[in-house]
Amino acid sequence: MFHAVVAVKQVPDTTNIRIDPETGNLVREGVPAIMNPYDAHALAAAVEWKKKLGGKVTVVSMGPPSFIVTIREAVEMGADEGYLVSDRKFAGADTLATSYVLAQAIKYIDEHDPVDMLFFGKQAIDGDTAQVGPGVAVRLDIPVVTYVTHIREIDLEGQKAIVERKTERGIEVIEVQLPALITCEKEIAEIPFAPLPDLIRSLRYDPEVWTTQGPVEFDKMQIGVRGSPTIVFKMGTPPLPEPGEVIDAREMGIEKAVKYAFDKAEAEGIFASIWGGEA
Amino acid sequence: MSTRRFWVYIEQEEGVVHPVSWELLGVARKLAEQVRDEAEANGDEVVVEGVLVGCTVRHIAEEAFKYGADRVYMADSPICAVYRNTAYHKVIAQIAKQYEPEVFLIGATTLGRDLAGAIATSLRTGLTADCTQLEMGEVKGAKRKLLLATRPAFGGNILGTIICRKRTPQMASVRPRVFPLPTPDPERTGEIVEVPVELDESEIPMRILEVISAGGENINLEYADVIVAGGRGLGGPEGFKLLEELANELGGVVGASRPCVDAGWISYAHQVGQTGKTVRPKLYIAAGISGALQHKVGMQDSDFIIAINTDPKAPIFDVADVGIVGDLYKVIPEMIEQIKARKAQMEAQQKEAAA
Repeated sequence: MFHAVVAVKQVPDTTNIRIDPETGNLVREGVPAIMNPYDAHALAAAVEWKKKLGGKVTVVSMGPPSFIVTIREAVEMGADEGYLVSDRKFAGADTLATSYVLAQAIKYIDEHDPVDMLFFGKQAIDGDTAQVGPGVAVRLDIPVVTYVTHIREIDLEGQKAIVERKTERGIEVIEVQLPALITCEKEIAEIPFAPLPDLIRSLRYDPEVWTTQGPVEFDKMQIGVRGSPTIVFKMGTPPLPEPGEVIDAREMGIEKAVKYAFDKAEAEGIFASIWGGEA
Repeated sequence: MSTRRFWVYIEQEEGVVHPVSWELLGVARKLAEQVRDEAEANGDEVVVEGVLVGCTVRHIAEEAFKYGADRVYMADSPICAVYRNTAYHKVIAQIAKQYEPEVFLIGATTLGRDLAGAIATSLRTGLTADCTQLEMGEVKGAKRKLLLATRPAFGGNILGTIICRKRTPQMASVRPRVFPLPTPDPERTGEIVEVPVELDESEIPMRILEVISAGGENINLEYADVIVAGGRGLGGPEGFKLLEELANELGGVVGASRPCVDAGWISYAHQVGQTGKTVRPKLYIAAGISGALQHKVGMQDSDFIIAINTDPKAPIFDVADVGIVGDLYKVIPEMIEQIKARKAQMEAQQKEAAA
């Protein structure tokens, strides 16, 4: 039986964002929230392989109580169980503290029901750091394969998987020992339409909420602000560039406008440097 | 007296260096200069060092000196012939534990992002991703200057400066082309410190079975000299054919803004901007791109920018050297004609000069 754990994060819909001017932190209240799109595809892949191999998909998330809706959404998409790790003491976590909390929660899940594979999104669209997946893998001392676009094979008996990952030089085909953590590109799986029973189940689903009181043990030095080595020093707005020169081709004519632009580029030595002359 | 070490990860694959490594050596030299006075006052030494992992990569270490490294820690072993996260992060974390760098910079490439998070977690330290400004600065209550790592947040509307106050190394990743390539000094040399690799193949839980080459997809947008980029104003995928014609004439490549990629008009490999590639070509022609912040942050450091848009208020004009208000379907064909003429003229002059 295949046991996959998928880590999901709720993110603000990026078109609608506010910053607390005091703390420099993201204001989550009142902003439409969605499941991080890469996590949704990671979850879809896990569910797809559960259907092929038989088994179970467990979802885990760290965040405020409002993240329960995201876990319900995961159940709607085919997750069997979901756990929310939520406590005020976790607030203000950077990627290092986040990877600690998720790793502790996953260790606990693994002790009760051994995990074969961990599915993460390649990054979250609110921070774009792509650090938490590799961080969790290091803490669990398991291999990580990032930017996975396709899972070719999961061999539970041989405890290995063959996956494809996207890099600058092309597609790497990697054989990795299980348990392993993969971070997923959107191509890994299409988001399925929820079957009616999953939809109904999700509406009533109440995930277990884990706090610093248990059942998972957390070292208070490694969580929240205290466990986060990075802090925001200051926030600012980017400097405005000097406005450029704008000419109107409709007034001066296309030919003259283009000539004007190219003459200016030539005066700055652009063509000479492009066409093999001295820069 | 202590040694303040500014580290750069020298990224290579198959013996070929990713130029972001040299860009970061340039940054590390500047950071080292910024603490020079403070270090001298305390009797400390300041050095810029590279970390290089691979197999038969000595020639790369030699090159690193020319770009600004004083010393290179080289882990050279057949087991590191190809990049694998487990092997590389373990080797590098071990070297970092031994030498305790103050700052550690890594290119935010696919490989670098895969690696940086793993190293930072191994070392239980802070890592700031995708920085666009780096500086050693005074922080109240800190005995020494700290790395002020600035990155765009929330679509580029805000710049956040992050510090890592109590732990080292202070790590940052930087995307290719955010900083300029330093001019190499052929006279510069340095010291290679060979680091033993105490790993056995059996300890590495992954194997690369094959690499399917990217082929035509690999357009090397980041390092192109000329980019002709299109936006929503093209009105459809066919418009890119016209841009390609101009790009070919100039010896450049085609770029795109995010909406075109999202609409499926062109592949992601062409995307310029915050979620695509950062570029700094000699010439950037933006056609029908309105100039969302997310796009501008990815191309505003180009040497010369020409923007074409029908809307005189398009924000792209703020970063353009010359903005042309007009229909791109009239302007681009005219550009193709004029470029042909300029090239012919230049060739004629060269022939004359040769004769």
